[in-house]
Amino acid sequence: MQRSISYNLFLTVTMQLPDAEQLLAALTERLRPDVGETDVMIGIHTGGVWVAKRLHQALGISSPLGVLDISFYRDDYSKIGLHPQVKPSDLPFEVEGSRIILVDDVLYTGRTIRAAVNEIFDYGRPACIHLATLIDRGGRELPIAAQYVGAILPLPADKMLELKQESDGKLSLGVRDICLPEK
Amino acid sequence: MNRNPQLNKHGELQHLLTTEGLPVSILLHILDTAESFAGVTEREVKKIPLLRGKSVFNLFFESSTRTRTTFEIAAKRLSADVINLNIAASAQSKGETLLDTVNNLSAMHADMFVVRHLQSGAAHMIASHVRPEIHVINAGDGRHAHPTQALLDMFTIRRYKKDFHNLRVAIVGDILHSRVARSQIHALTTLGVPEVRVIAPKTLLPSKVERLGVRVYHDMVQGLKDIDVLIMLRLQNERMLGASLPSAEEYFKYYGLTQEKLSLAKQDAIVMHPGPMNRGVEIDSAVADGKQSVILSQVTFGIAVRMAVMSILAGN
Repeated sequence: MQRSISYNLFLTVTMQLPDAEQLLAALTERLRPDVGETDVMIGIHTGGVWVAKRLHQALGISSPLGVLDISFYRDDYSKIGLHPQVKPSDLPFEVEGSRIILVDDVLYTGRTIRAAVNEIFDYGRPACIHLATLIDRGGRELPIAAQYVGAILPLPADKMLELKQESDGKLSLGVRDICLPEK
Repeated sequence: MNRNPQLNKHGELQHLLTTEGLPVSILLHILDTAESFAGVTEREVKKIPLLRGKSVFNLFFESSTRTRTTFEIAAKRLSADVINLNIAASAQSKGETLLDTVNNLSAMHADMFVVRHLQSGAAHMIASHVRPEIHVINAGDGRHAHPTQALLDMFTIRRYKKDFHNLRVAIVGDILHSRVARSQIHALTTLGVPEVRVIAPKTLLPSKVERLGVRVYHDMVQGLKDIDVLIMLRLQNERMLGASLPSAEEYFKYYGLTQEKLSLAKQDAIVMHPGPMNRGVEIDSAVADGKQSVILSQVTFGIAVRMAVMSILAGN
């Protein structure tokens, strides 16, 4: 595929990942004009919660931050079983009628977001859900798009993009090679 | 024995038959997963799509209300289809063998069997017989094991006491006939509880019970000293053959839990009972309904724990 070759080229030539803290600052400023007083925020475990905590604070959102673990809603449960570390979901606000900003670190296939949206609806019917992610790495398999993005960074399928949190709370990005299962 | 029949070749849980021999990592995985399910009960939609399209058969060869109901609720919260069979009243009374019953239900595309049977080893036999994609949960077999009860008890203890490593736990009453006690003892010792006591008259203790790693007491006054968790067992009238006891009244006098006896344990000790209770036999109503009782929490937590077991099994 022509597209994936150019992505590979991008990585091997530059090997330079963007600075997560700069992306976070950019994402915060994109969200700021649109965030209302009554909006609520939800982070998806684990990286999404890190990003959401920082956004939640920077934007001064008044209601407490919600967290989701989407393990019970994953579409690959019948193939790979239950995730070994499921954390409790906690949405400490009324979902019914609320305006939700859903936060994840990396947007890729869209399956995580599909699962998160399904889970949110089991708490109630929100007025709307907007999606904010630090990075959109392309490769969507579902009709899902983010309204707020820190950066667009297309990556081939054999690369795994990982967000890390340092002990001082600073975020950084790493990339590593993964083995793809044979199709 | 070369391999734990509960585990598949990757060391994952394939069936849940007993807490004996299960690694601590699997016990903790079940308890941690149950924590996540506990919150589902408080939501608008108390359902999760995990077991959508799966069929869970409740095979109860021995009567039960609480266990069968909580398994049914757990399976339904996971979106499974649940079929309840009261076998005592059906095919077996017409002469069908246990394995023929299981074969017929497997032919109806069962994904999971929840089995209660008055014979020890029944769930084990079914597990060794079914196709590899079918999972079996032991919901109590004879005097042998009742692993989900023990797990929900461990979940309850952890909720109230946080850590297993500094606890003294006493199991009081009819240890001899109790599958619950056996499963609890294995789970408690695996999870690192340093001191597990059994308190009972000699006639209600299995011989060589010390081999399970417990301390034996015949007297409540000594046995309850410094205890953090009291587990009262039901006096199993229906399993008593002959005269193990002089009378229920006399049993209550020596082993029934009253406020007075409870005051011998630690001030913040919790009181548990797997149910159903014989009030005035093994436990006084004032204690059963008192501040230190967590008996109804056990029932509530039982749903989350059974959801965790089912979802882990069905995914392996």
